[in-house]
Amino acid sequence: MKTFPVGGVHPPENKLTAAIAIQHLPLPASVAIPVSQHIGEPAAVIVNKGDRVKTGQMIAQSKGFVSSNIHSSVSGTVNKIDTVIDTTGFRQTAVFIDTEGDEWIETIDRSDETPVEVILSPEEIVKKCLESGIVGLGGATFPSHVKLTVPAGKRCDTLIINGAECEPYLTSDHRLMLEKGKEILIGTTILMKALKVSKAIIGIENNKTHAIDHLTRLSSEFQGITVYPLKVKYPQGAEKQLIKALINREVPSGRLPLDVNTIVHNVGTAFAVYEAVQKNKPLFERVVTITGKSLLKPGNYFVRTGTPVRSLIDAAGGLPEDTGKVVSGGPMMGKALPNIDVPVVKGTSGIVLIPRSESERMEIQPCIRCAKCVSACALNLEPYLLMTLSEKGEFERAERERITDCMECGSCSYTCPAGRPLLDYIRLGKSTVIKMARKRVSN
Amino acid sequence: MGHTIIITVISLGLLALFAAVILYFIAQKFKIFEDPRIDEVLAALPAANCGGCGFAGCRNFAEALVKAETFEGLNCPVGGASVMGEAAKILGKVAPVVDPLVAVLKCNGTPESRPRTSVYNGVPDCRISHNLYIGETDCSYGCLGKGDCVRACAFGAMYMNNETELPVIIDDKCVSCGACVKACPRNLIELRKKAKKDRKIYVACSNCDKGGPARRACKVACIACTKCVKVCKFDAITIENNLAYINAFKCTFCRKCIPECPTGSILEINFPPRKPVVETEVEATTVNPDV
Repeated sequence: MKTFPVGGVHPPENKLTAAIAIQHLPLPASVAIPVSQHIGEPAAVIVNKGDRVKTGQMIAQSKGFVSSNIHSSVSGTVNKIDTVIDTTGFRQTAVFIDTEGDEWIETIDRSDETPVEVILSPEEIVKKCLESGIVGLGGATFPSHVKLTVPAGKRCDTLIINGAECEPYLTSDHRLMLEKGKEILIGTTILMKALKVSKAIIGIENNKTHAIDHLTRLSSEFQGITVYPLKVKYPQGAEKQLIKALINREVPSGRLPLDVNTIVHNVGTAFAVYEAVQKNKPLFERVVTITGKSLLKPGNYFVRTGTPVRSLIDAAGGLPEDTGKVVSGGPMMGKALPNIDVPVVKGTSGIVLIPRSESERMEIQPCIRCAKCVSACALNLEPYLLMTLSEKGEFERAERERITDCMECGSCSYTCPAGRPLLDYIRLGKSTVIKMARKRVSN
Repeated sequence: MGHTIIITVISLGLLALFAAVILYFIAQKFKIFEDPRIDEVLAALPAANCGGCGFAGCRNFAEALVKAETFEGLNCPVGGASVMGEAAKILGKVAPVVDPLVAVLKCNGTPESRPRTSVYNGVPDCRISHNLYIGETDCSYGCLGKGDCVRACAFGAMYMNNETELPVIIDDKCVSCGACVKACPRNLIELRKKAKKDRKIYVACSNCDKGGPARRACKVACIACTKCVKVCKFDAITIENNLAYINAFKCTFCRKCIPECPTGSILEINFPPRKPVVETEVEATTVNPDV
């Protein structure tokens, strides 16, 4: 069975919600929809206080090429336009809407049909993705229309659909593949048409055997789509690792998958693209896993963007007494939230409640030169060195040691027996180096 | 046996002599003239190598002093006027009068005035906390309290106050080298003109949010109400980015702005207690009805 060759770790899977079907979360009384739920320029708000909006109506328009539209996830009245602390941990502009009923805009097809035939042309598909505010739902939230626009001189021959879901605890992609398999495959066909490729591979880790069987069975009806099981290993869901595992192509340092003629999209994105193109539905809800060892009723929910994490926790049986951290995303790459009124955004794949006993950090001890971090790094970096360089402010050297290649998967920190905060410092160094490089370019 | 020793001594001696002659000529050929005054000036400098002058170290600064036409723009903040005067004497130049500076922290968000809204249990490093999220309070501009500035201070002039969770600057030890200014990821430390008896008046806030959110995050935040600007007769106070700033070179320490500030974000430090002007007036009014 296939997997990537270098590095990786095996954290306990803890997929507690794998057998729980996706439910619809009741609409919250009010939502706070941040205008930046994607990588790139924040969108510009186009509604005013007091405006009536319908579900699916655009409330913020994309600014520039790398940006994305934002749509209202509920119908109601715009209460205010203010700042909110979002899942990134920083304050940013958001549109606050008080929910009144659930009136969708008329253009959305709410029937139960699943139209298979793709009528739109490749250009129209890209335009539709831009209009519908589709972003990568694997977590990075890169605007999809940018990824579907192959620049002149570049060529794409393989589309990879990422169903690895290598993060422990999370099952949102797993459930989506089981329950919306056909839609995902239609979405894949749409993406193939937009990229003008004839071959698509869906990579799924083999701890999701039901999903593999289900999609393999369905894919026989679709041309050019194959499903590959993958050996379980973290971080398999990372773009470069997945490409290496599935088609044995290596993306060089500092380059993009397109440089090896490949594009990777998440299964969640494929589903969102299906809904946008075939059902005319903009991206305003997504599957979120709410899980944790002490949680009474963990589950998977279709959640509207802007819903406070609090209502999600309430639906799952309330905040357990022993909660140490509430993490947005998986436990490996996710970020602890500063409070639970943070709104769910397009990139929120899960909310993990970690008990206090497991959330405490180890005491920081000196490096014992065991090189476990080097073995764990899937990108052939030397985390112990990068940490020291960042800590001491040697950023030029860190840049030469390819600190910007780091994808922040956290395998090094996870594996370190001395409890050293490797990723914390690498992240600091990486952001400083990126700032330095930008300054150099602007000079 | 004795024979061997003599031969060895003579041959090695000749070899040494030969090498010495070659080395002498090479040294003459590649001789670099170095101004002897550099060493003299260096001896006068504090040898702290702190970089406060803007040069890599004391020797670098000494070279710059010797090369310079005038001392304009060159100053050793650690040594101050005495060291610069001595260097000027050695070089036969005049040291311009430079106002001594002292570091101040432009944040007064103690736990009472700025409630903690989350707990950070990551690496105790301000840079990491600053990069990660808005911080343990709702103020995304204020002190993170992890002590990067204290670790940066080579003169032992700073320590963390555990009650206020803010760093404290010891005025007598601060040499205004600026290491803490560079270390703070939120740019909270400013070098201000040192006044008589270490008196200070400054806005102890860096929150650039509008009044409402700033006040909600911290009780002693500057809300840019412009009251201080209006009361100042010396044009020392300006407001930029919703934040008041008192120019230390224009301020005359009249202290009129302090009672005006509704949030108490302007601090007065090392002043004698105010003359009870108000109280006498109160007495006068209370006396009158009795009459």
